[in-house]
Amino acid sequence: MTWLRIVAWRLAFGVPLLLAVTFAMFALAKASPFDPVRQYLGERAMVTDPRIMAEIRANWGLDRPLVEQYTTWLGHLVRGDLGESRSLRLPVAQVIGERLGWTLLVVGCALVLMLAAGLAVGTLAAWRRDSWLDRLISGTAFANEAAPVFWIGLLAIWLFAVKLGWLPAGGLTDADSAAVTMPDLARHLVLPVAVLAFSQSSWLLLFVRESVIAVLREDFVTGARARGLRERTVLLRHALRSALLPFITIMGARVPELVTGAILVEAVFSWPGVAGTTIKAALAVDFPLLAALTLLATVAVLLGNLVADVAYTVADPRVRVLGVS
Amino acid sequence: MATTPRQATPDSSPRTWRRARLIETGRVARRSARRRSLALATLAILVLAVVLVPLLVRLDQQLVDLRAAGLPPSLAHPFGTDEVGRDVLLRSIYGLRVSLLVGLVAAVVSATIGGLVGLAAGAAGGPLDRLLMRVVDGVNSMPHLLLGIFIVALFAPSAIAVIVSVGVTHWTTAARIVRSEVLSLRGRPFIDAAVSGGSSRLRIVRRHFLPNLAPHLLLATVLMVPHAIWHETALSFLGLGLPAHLASLGNMINDGQRSLLAGDWWSSLFPGLLILTPTLAIHALAQHLRDRANPRRRSELAL
Repeated sequence: MTWLRIVAWRLAFGVPLLLAVTFAMFALAKASPFDPVRQYLGERAMVTDPRIMAEIRANWGLDRPLVEQYTTWLGHLVRGDLGESRSLRLPVAQVIGERLGWTLLVVGCALVLMLAAGLAVGTLAAWRRDSWLDRLISGTAFANEAAPVFWIGLLAIWLFAVKLGWLPAGGLTDADSAAVTMPDLARHLVLPVAVLAFSQSSWLLLFVRESVIAVLREDFVTGARARGLRERTVLLRHALRSALLPFITIMGARVPELVTGAILVEAVFSWPGVAGTTIKAALAVDFPLLAALTLLATVAVLLGNLVADVAYTVADPRVRVLGVS
Repeated sequence: MATTPRQATPDSSPRTWRRARLIETGRVARRSARRRSLALATLAILVLAVVLVPLLVRLDQQLVDLRAAGLPPSLAHPFGTDEVGRDVLLRSIYGLRVSLLVGLVAAVVSATIGGLVGLAAGAAGGPLDRLLMRVVDGVNSMPHLLLGIFIVALFAPSAIAVIVSVGVTHWTTAARIVRSEVLSLRGRPFIDAAVSGGSSRLRIVRRHFLPNLAPHLLLATVLMVPHAIWHETALSFLGLGLPAHLASLGNMINDGQRSLLAGDWWSSLFPGLLILTPTLAIHALAQHLRDRANPRRRSELAL
């Protein structure tokens, strides 16, 4: 059971990492020049009695030493209590619970779209290598790699929402509708998903292209062609399939980029997901919420790596990943 | 019969094949040289603009002119004006200046940290190497932008905070590159000779490792610049980077968001193009440098 050992190995690495990340967050917060109580009170800080401020501070445990604050937070975390968001005045668990689904919806749809489009277009570019079509595809991919996703998002809004008026510019539903309905949601979903998938697809496309070009030179592809197999069969069954193996690992390594893309796309399209909430939490210096969201993102990355490792052993039984990690 | 078998299958003749390959190689080399000149020219123009224009035209960061608000691109304003009547071209150049400066400093900071960590890991080996590499893995498994947001949010948004946040999150690539180079250097005969000759560790690092590492570090730094620029603009776009009144590419795209919904595309489009152009030019240049340093593993991505 190789994959069991991989899971154990990843956990052995992941738990200390999460501890280190969370502790570093607390240390940074302690070193921060902002007073969270003043931030919380806003303008009322001017008229609030210093004794009351001290009371709030004691309530939040800010007057205690760093390690004690940290262990208290960790203890609450283990029991499933993430604390209370200071800017939204709601339990952090509730904030995340309400928004996580929307983020997963966008990211999931974008992932599927990106995989399908990236594989198809990348293979096409490799097959028609050095033609004008290939130049166009790889050129676009290079430019896309260099362009910031929020800028692409804005251009997409300008083109499809403002100029052509086909799709809404952002949000989850139309402003006047009270409930979320399926067709309305689907229309609002198109642009964020397309922009996220487009911006994430260029590396995949270039990777697939290069990989397929390399495989097309191999003997077994020449052999398959010599046996008179159809070009489509050679391309899809022989070349693409063996070009895909290393790609599973790279998928796992790309999860941080996906999180970054989700943050920016949600910000541009005012999508009510967790990633966009991170920015609101950061602007309000809402430490409990920010800490929970950072933790969530790190867990997502670790899970992505784990899934990639397990998938790789399933796909290719020759690998012994253990110790390599 | 006019066609001989040889003409029918020109590929089968070794000589024709060799000639075709020579032509192909020449074509690729010419295209690569052309691309390098284009990239260099672009970078030179941008750098000159960034250095010279502020000397000739001063930009008052606070000045607004509501009579000239929202003008489309014209001769007087080649990039148009934004929603409070500021010239987009002039502000873009000032913004690019800020972004390039922040990007350059951040890239140097992260390459320095990465170089030191990689050198320590590679030269010391053993437990220290393993520990440092786990730290690299750890930093890599945090989304960089998120860590940046965290740092900038807890300390006041400013150029320094942006540089620090890019510096502490982006050193891992340089560390990996330097470590693997040091590991390969360690096995070379001239290092053995230096050790047998009685050189100290420090001397080996200074005299043998550093000169051999310099090109790799330089390449890593150059490649880091566009990444750092991207990071700075993303943070500024989110309102977590440079102060809002300051002309920076991220701030300008953020400002342009409102006029974009009214149909004024130019105030967002041009600052973004100024992020795109230097990034592409630097990538092309880095690709060229990489091909020169390592011609055998020429990437297919070079076309």
